[in-house]
Amino acid sequence: MPELRDLYQEVILEHSKAPRNYKEPAGTNHKAEGYNPLCGDRFTVYLEMDGDAIRDIGFQGAGCAISKASASMMTQSVKGKTKAEAHRIFEQFHELVTGHSHEHEAELGKLAVFSGVSEFPMRVKCATLAWHTLEAALEGQQEKVSTE
Amino acid sequence: MSAAAAVPIRERAAVQQPFDVEGIRKDFPILHTKVHGHPLVYLDNAATSQKPRTVIDAIVRYYEGENANIHRGVHYLSQIATEEFEKARETVRAFVNAAQASEIIFTRGTTEAINLVAQTYGRAHVGAGDEVLITAMEHHSNIVPWQMLCEEKGAKLRVAPINDAGELLLEEYEKLLGPRTKVVAVAHVSNALGTINPLKRMVAMAHKRGIPVVVDGAQAVPHLAVDVQDLDADFYAFSGHKMYGPTGIGVLYGKHALLDAMPPYQGGGDMISSVTFEKTTYNKLPHKFEAGTPDMAGVAGLKAAIEYMNGIGIAKIAAHEHELLEYATEVVGALPGVRLIGTAREKAGVLSFVLDEVHPHDIGTILDQQGIAVRTGHHCAQPVMERFRIPATVRASFAVYNTRGEVDALVRGLRKVREVFA
Repeated sequence: MPELRDLYQEVILEHSKAPRNYKEPAGTNHKAEGYNPLCGDRFTVYLEMDGDAIRDIGFQGAGCAISKASASMMTQSVKGKTKAEAHRIFEQFHELVTGHSHEHEAELGKLAVFSGVSEFPMRVKCATLAWHTLEAALEGQQEKVSTE
Repeated sequence: MSAAAAVPIRERAAVQQPFDVEGIRKDFPILHTKVHGHPLVYLDNAATSQKPRTVIDAIVRYYEGENANIHRGVHYLSQIATEEFEKARETVRAFVNAAQASEIIFTRGTTEAINLVAQTYGRAHVGAGDEVLITAMEHHSNIVPWQMLCEEKGAKLRVAPINDAGELLLEEYEKLLGPRTKVVAVAHVSNALGTINPLKRMVAMAHKRGIPVVVDGAQAVPHLAVDVQDLDADFYAFSGHKMYGPTGIGVLYGKHALLDAMPPYQGGGDMISSVTFEKTTYNKLPHKFEAGTPDMAGVAGLKAAIEYMNGIGIAKIAAHEHELLEYATEVVGALPGVRLIGTAREKAGVLSFVLDEVHPHDIGTILDQQGIAVRTGHHCAQPVMERFRIPATVRASFAVYNTRGEVDALVRGLRKVREVFA
C-alpha cells in the first residue's frame, strides 16, 4: 500500500510552503504558461536564455503542494544548464515519477524525492506540469501548455 | 399505476420504523469495498451515486430474459422488450408527475437532454441579437450548449449573478428577462454549491414574459420530490446515474406542445413514420426524439432505480440527507481553517469547502488514503470557482446510504490532512 509520507516528503512540503525562484527574472526572454484543467493548477515559467544556456529561471502561479514543490525544485536543478541538459533531466524525472525506471535516481539528486509520486498515478500530472511548461518555454511555444 | 405501488415492501417498513440506514447500506454491494485497507466512505455522490442490487439485477434480468430490439419485431422477445421499455417511461412520468408519458424522452443523460433542447428548440427560436439567460452557478453542461447556440446565431448569453452565499439574486435575474430573451436555462440545484434555486418563482417570472425555461435537474431529482407540472417547467433534464440508476441513460421532460412543434434532433430509425428518398415523415412523440436503438438495459435499470427510491420514499431520503448535510456543515465548518463555499439557506446534498494553505487536490489524495472518496477540483463549474476566487474546492456530497459515522470519518480525515501539512 502506498504511504502518504512517500508522497509528501518533508523536502516537498518545505518547497511547497517556501518555493525557490518564485519570481519573474528581470532578463526574461522566454516564458510559457502551463495549466492543469483537472485541478486548476496554473504556472508560468520564465527563462532568461543566454544562447543555449539557462542563465536564470523563475516561476509563478498556484497549485497543489506536489506541483508547486516540483516547480520550485525544477528551477534549482536546471539553472545554469543547457537546453539539452534540461531536456535530459526532464526525461529522467519523467521516468522516475511514472515508475518506468528508477535507474537515474542517483543522477537526479534532490529530485529523487519525487519517486513516491509513481505510487499515485493521479498525481503524475501535478509533478510534471512545471516541466512540461519549461519545455514549452525552451521551445518558444506561444500556446498554453495543458496536461489534459 | 403509480410506481410506488409496485414496490410497497420498504414503504410499509419505513412507516413503522425510524430511518434504517444500515438496512439501506446492505442494498448496495459496492459499499462493502475496502479502499487502501479502510472501509469505503463514498462521499462523491454528486458525481455519480452507487447502485443498489435491484438496479444491477434489473440490467442482468434484461439481458438474460428480455433482450430484443424494441418497436420493430413481431416476435415474442421484441414485444416483451417494447412493453418493458414503455412501462419504464410510465414509471418516469409518474416519478416527475408529467401529464403524459409521451413527454418523457430518453437520452444519454442530462448533457444530451440540454443539447437536444439547444439544438432543436434553441435553433428554431433564437436568432441574431436575441438572448439566452443562464445563472452564474451553472454546470458546464448548461453553459456550453447555449454558448454554441449563441455563437452560431449571433445571440448573446446573459448571466444572472449570485451572492457570496451562492444564492441567485432574484431581482437581478428578473431584470435580465428582457424582450430579446428567448430561453432561460437554469440549474434546479447547483452541483458545486448545493444551492436550491427558487425555481417555481423563476419560472413564473419568465412565463410572465412568455419565455420558456429549461431546467438542469441532474442534482435535484436524486434529493427532492420533483413535480414538473407544479414547477411549470417547460423542459426538465436529469440523469439516471446520479439517482442510483445506470450510466448512459437520462431523461428530457418537455411540454407536449413544445416538443411537438420542435424539429427532430437526430435522424435515424425509430424517429420516422415513413421514409422515401424524396421525403421523410417523422414519428410522433416521444419517438421523434429517440433516433436509433436506445439503451434498453439502461432504461430497465432506471426504472428499478426509481422504484427503489419510491420504495424508501423521496421525503425520507431528503430528510435523511438534509440531516447529514446539517451535521457535516456544523462539524466540518468548525474545523480550523475551513471556509465553506456555498452557504445558501436552501441547500441539498453538497458540502463544498476549502482549507487554508492546503490545495484541494492534496486533501483529496490524503482522504483517499483513508478510504474517503470526495471530489476535488472545479466540478465542471469553472465560472463558480472564479466567482469565489478559488481554483478548486473539496466537495463532499451525500446520498441515502451515507451515515453520521462517515461524516465523522471525513472530519478525522481532514485532521490527518492538517497533520501532514503541519
